[in-house]
Amino acid sequence: MAERTVDARGSFCPGPLMELIANMKSMQVGDTLELLSTDAGSAADVPEWVKKVGHEMVDTQQDSEGTWHIKVRKAK
Amino acid sequence: MAGLFIICLSGDRERLQFAAMAASVAAVSGTEVQVFLSMNAFPYFIKGQSKEAPAEGAVGKAMERHQVPPFYQIFEQAVELGDAKIWACSMAMDVMGIKEGELESIVAGPMGLTKFFSDAEGSTILTF
Repeated sequence: MAERTVDARGSFCPGPLMELIANMKSMQVGDTLELLSTDAGSAADVPEWVKKVGHEMVDTQQDSEGTWHIKVRKAK
Repeated sequence: MAGLFIICLSGDRERLQFAAMAASVAAVSGTEVQVFLSMNAFPYFIKGQSKEAPAEGAVGKAMERHQVPPFYQIFEQAVELGDAKIWACSMAMDVMGIKEGELESIVAGPMGLTKFFSDAEGSTILTF
């Protein structure tokens, strides 16, 4: 299964979510995407979107520099 | 028809921005979204016209300074990623002398207010 990183640092809502969705459209089921974001709102919104549309949240962590690392697995 | 129906009237950055945010987030979350453009919101969707909207207040000015995605780009994402439909008010087109071929490609076509309200019956309507 492939892994992909999308760097959306510096972008504001709904930029990170849109970048995640645009990338997920070209991924295969089972592939994993790590979204990097400095937008706290997106850190809360992305898991909500993932849950709503039926993908899988793998992990969400904020590093010491304030960047959120949001890992999502494409489930369908 | 269930869904979210958005009417854009203002040409101000803040209102266009929030309309685009609502349209895109709802559309990519599985809600059918239709947007109706009229009054001062309409000219931004004519080919060759500026996509830069003036800020109304402090938040709009702050958006200009920061890396906030432009409203037009967010509307494009609503269409491309969420299959939202954007319609141009036929009255606004008539008074501006605009033909369908002069509309930006993200606009699905002209729409009358009567048809829009008919399609929106029973659904949520937001006006910006």
